[in-house]
Amino acid sequence: MRLEYFEMIDKVMLFDADGKRLVAAARVPRNSPVFEGHFPGHPLVPGVLLTETMAQASGYLILGLNGLTQMPFLMTVDKARFRTFVEPDADLVIEATISIVGSGYVATKAKISIEGKPICDAELRFRLMPFPADLAVLMRARTAAIGLEPEAVS
Amino acid sequence: MSSTFETVAGIISETCDIPREKITPASHAIDDLGIDSLAFLDIAFAVDKAFGIKLPLEQWTQEVNEGKAPAEQYFVLENLCARIDGLVAAKSA
Repeated sequence: MRLEYFEMIDKVMLFDADGKRLVAAARVPRNSPVFEGHFPGHPLVPGVLLTETMAQASGYLILGLNGLTQMPFLMTVDKARFRTFVEPDADLVIEATISIVGSGYVATKAKISIEGKPICDAELRFRLMPFPADLAVLMRARTAAIGLEPEAVS
Repeated sequence: MSSTFETVAGIISETCDIPREKITPASHAIDDLGIDSLAFLDIAFAVDKAFGIKLPLEQWTQEVNEGKAPAEQYFVLENLCARIDGLVAAKSA
């Protein structure tokens, strides 16, 4: 993870197109400017960044399924629960599944665990929009970097 | 249609924080109720869940934007509810 660059996902461990499910891994960095403020002397990953991590896993799942034809933008966060603290050097496992594919939106459920212990979970919804200029190229490079091979869409 | 309208009106009222009494079958979701596209996606999500359908919102929006259909056809609530009834009937046929 590079918290200050919002690169929350290190690697996609599983992309199951049929099951509409993605599992990813991320290691919390030992040092980050984020921890200088949250909190001085007591570094904890902010809940908003855990939410972003769940959103990115969901977003990559959607991109994997739609073959990067539309960009998912986070629209709503429901039922977010933060069950325990996340400290530097933690190895996160992030899981996202599709719950509803609507017209123009996709709903997901996502959760994070550490060594099987639940950390947080939420229900997320994304608005699907055409890719802004050049973003598709950047996202394609990013999906390749984390080991995601999108479905071919004819 | 009447029970469909009651359900849809309730969804709109709750989702967009619009007083229920302001929502009538003749209300235009955009022009009269001021619902924007993002809020309408919220409504579509709740309608999809409530009726077990998939509102073809992208297709409708494209038709309106291209001038192939008047917005009233989809976004006046009595017309929207009729389309929801049609989608429900098609699903169970």
